[in-house]
Amino acid sequence: MPEDSTLGPPHSHKIPVSSILDTVLYLALMAGLLWLVSLGTERLGYNWQWYRIPQYLVQVTDNGLSWGPLMQGLGVTLQITGISLSLMLVIGLTTALMRMSRSWAARGVARLYMELIRNSPLLIQIFFLYFVLAPILGMSGFWAAIIALSLFEGAYASEIFRAGITSIDMGQWEAAKSLGMPSYAMYRHIILPQAIRRVLPPLTSQAISLIKDSALVSTVAILDLTQRGRMIDAETFLTFEIWFTVAAIYLVITLALSGVVRVLERRANGLAP
Amino acid sequence: MKLFRLTTLLTIFCLAALILGPAHAARAAESSQLETILKRGTVKVGFDTFKPWAMKDKKGDYIGFEIDVAKKLAEDMGVKVEFVPTKWSGIIPALLTGKFDIIIGGMSVTPKRNLKVNFSLPYEFSGMSIVASKSMAGERSTLEDFNTPGTKIAVRLGTTAAEAAKNFLPKAEKLYFDEESQTIQELLNNRVHAVVASNPLPFNLANEYADQLYLPLKEDFTKEPISFAVRKGDLDYLNWLNNWVRVNMSKGWLQNRYHYWFFTNEWENQIQ
Repeated sequence: MPEDSTLGPPHSHKIPVSSILDTVLYLALMAGLLWLVSLGTERLGYNWQWYRIPQYLVQVTDNGLSWGPLMQGLGVTLQITGISLSLMLVIGLTTALMRMSRSWAARGVARLYMELIRNSPLLIQIFFLYFVLAPILGMSGFWAAIIALSLFEGAYASEIFRAGITSIDMGQWEAAKSLGMPSYAMYRHIILPQAIRRVLPPLTSQAISLIKDSALVSTVAILDLTQRGRMIDAETFLTFEIWFTVAAIYLVITLALSGVVRVLERRANGLAP
Repeated sequence: MKLFRLTTLLTIFCLAALILGPAHAARAAESSQLETILKRGTVKVGFDTFKPWAMKDKKGDYIGFEIDVAKKLAEDMGVKVEFVPTKWSGIIPALLTGKFDIIIGGMSVTPKRNLKVNFSLPYEFSGMSIVASKSMAGERSTLEDFNTPGTKIAVRLGTTAAEAAKNFLPKAEKLYFDEESQTIQELLNNRVHAVVASNPLPFNLANEYADQLYLPLKEDFTKEPISFAVRKGDLDYLNWLNNWVRVNMSKGWLQNRYHYWFFTNEWENQIQ
């Protein structure tokens, strides 16, 4: 049907006029922001020294290239967030299932944990774990940070999982039960595969929150990206340059994560919008 | 319609820039900060709490050596004083962005800090010392004993104590905290071997927790000039500050206050 191609389906490769305007609008917004920042710092008499930044990312030594302090910090941040992310998923799913179980004790414990964690600030939890619990248990700062982070984000993840699971149609549960499926098999084969697809977008938000919240562990002397930034800032006072760079690194990581999840969503039977 | 929206947006930006611009422009003017302070009738002082340099008393007011200095400085200027407590690690950026007119906070002169700010003549000197945990550090009694790979040292981020630890104890592992109280907590929890800080904090700690902590070194291992820090390029202002230091040094006022805060404990009942 040649006449159809001129009209084009809603998702054609033609760029609509509104998207060009959108782009212009976006660029104008960004240019305006940049202009405001540069105007502000110029009026303050701020002395930009961007040329001093690359040495904190990559250093050239006699043995060739080596990572600078910021990149080493990024390594620690990735380690912490990587481990916390998997713990968050485990804790979140377990709590969600406990809240839906028939045992009142399991429901009570899960509810108590969620309310306690969700209603107190993460910073206080980190301090509590690091300064009070860690010395008693002989835990290292690194693990105190990971546990604080995964407990905190896990509380939110549990609500996301619960929402996903309860959103599964009643018929699915009834069908599974009518087949005589035990609970484990029902969750494993019927409920969770559907629920997880639905909760993937909010879980991604949670994972991104986790990466950003991990900056708080710098307060307990863990040499993550933020702490490295703070140390360089304290030594050199390159405040604006350092924090713009650190923010950009976080942005790259979180955007990369969103990208990966988008690919996963597409694979999961085109549930992506 | 879209174009209209775009123009509106740009107009808003231009307006915002016009409004925000002049607020900063005043500072870019060539007049001295001293003039600005006198006209305003208030001098804004940036500091962070370090015992006994500056601390809160029972009523919640600030007291301490630096507070006395700031009050006297304001009195001699004939203006009121406004205290702006600021986290130590962000104190120089806050000065540079105009949150206050001067840092009076036991700030040691360092070449790196001096690249960003101007310093007055020193009005006092401070020394670095080590306070160590008995159960962790045991018998260590020299600086070299602490300069080993297994040693953990807690310091406050952005202080000269952090720099001193870096220079004198390069092999030890350093833990950087935002607050002095956190480094002390680490030490009392036996998670680090020692804390490096400027005296009299280590001295006071070793007295207060005599069964847990001790002073491995009998003497301070650095002597650092303490000066006022102001934004760069204001000779008029700096000249006034330098001469204020000279005058109050020759009258003995500075020495008197220093002795009161550092070598007596008459003020202890004000904070407890």
